[in-house]
Amino acid sequence: MEYNVIYKMPDALSKKPFTYCPGCHHGIVHRLVAEVIDELGIREKTIIVAPVGCSVFAYEFFNLDGTVAPHGRATAVATGMKRANPDLVVFTYQGDGDLAAIGTAETIHTANRGERVTTIFINNAIYGMTGGQMAPTTLLGMKTTTSPYGRSPEREGYPVHVCEILKELKGVAFLARTKVTTPKDVLTTKKYIKKAFLAQIKNLGYGLVEVLSTCPTNWGVPPIKAMQWLEHNMVVEYPLGVFVDKVGEDK
Amino acid sequence: MKRGYIEIDRERCKGCGLCINVCPQKIIRFSEQFNTKGYHPAEQYDPEGRCTACGFCYMMCPDVCITVYKIVQPVRGDAK
Repeated sequence: MEYNVIYKMPDALSKKPFTYCPGCHHGIVHRLVAEVIDELGIREKTIIVAPVGCSVFAYEFFNLDGTVAPHGRATAVATGMKRANPDLVVFTYQGDGDLAAIGTAETIHTANRGERVTTIFINNAIYGMTGGQMAPTTLLGMKTTTSPYGRSPEREGYPVHVCEILKELKGVAFLARTKVTTPKDVLTTKKYIKKAFLAQIKNLGYGLVEVLSTCPTNWGVPPIKAMQWLEHNMVVEYPLGVFVDKVGEDK
Repeated sequence: MKRGYIEIDRERCKGCGLCINVCPQKIIRFSEQFNTKGYHPAEQYDPEGRCTACGFCYMMCPDVCITVYKIVQPVRGDAK
């Protein structure tokens, strides 16, 4: 009997093994971005701007040209690239410590200017690479190495909701929050990532997709339990959905 | 006749178990052997041919080590 390959590694990923921990959702999102790039046929003119964080080597894993920006400044670097070469497709891939903490100014102003760049934002509520410190997106009561008794609103303040902040800005063309814990969510996320890229290609404005992600190592739980914890806690704090969609339903 | 099967890149796999958790037919398990990184990689154990090539394992695999094969359905009328 004859068998056809129906799912395989996308061409936009290099064959290098990922350096992420077992069960980390970075890999799923990497694959989705690569699949979208393949589907849109933009691999030869796409540039990735990697952040500082666990995904600092993201440019190694993609079969794309890319660079690394200083901590938090990925959208600023992407702005320069896009303005110098408007024909290129430029996207940044950032974590919550990068985008929501040190890069708040760059993120908000890039969105407000409506730069034609795309951002994939991985929100795992913790600083992963540096060893599990408290991030701005850490949930209330969550224990991290720098909030060992749990985050309290009096001491550390409340979690930052990036999508809710950005949705009021006029330059944003696509904005959604999603997760990748089930195959259904994976397909939804892929749709959103595609729209975020189309917002840039159609010259509509800034596109951002926030993906709620697990960090089994720093949360201190096995990968499957981490996904359940995400479903029961993070989704409650960070409601999923599309906040801004100027792209529309057509392909 | 098997409707589909998967291949898992043993050296890429980190044994996180997300594919085992999501498989609707429960036909993926941890291998008893180690790979060079020291993980027990996932492997398909499907003696009854229950794999439907749904691709759930591929969608959840964070290390993109799964390739899914699906049987080519003969076009009706071509069987003669």
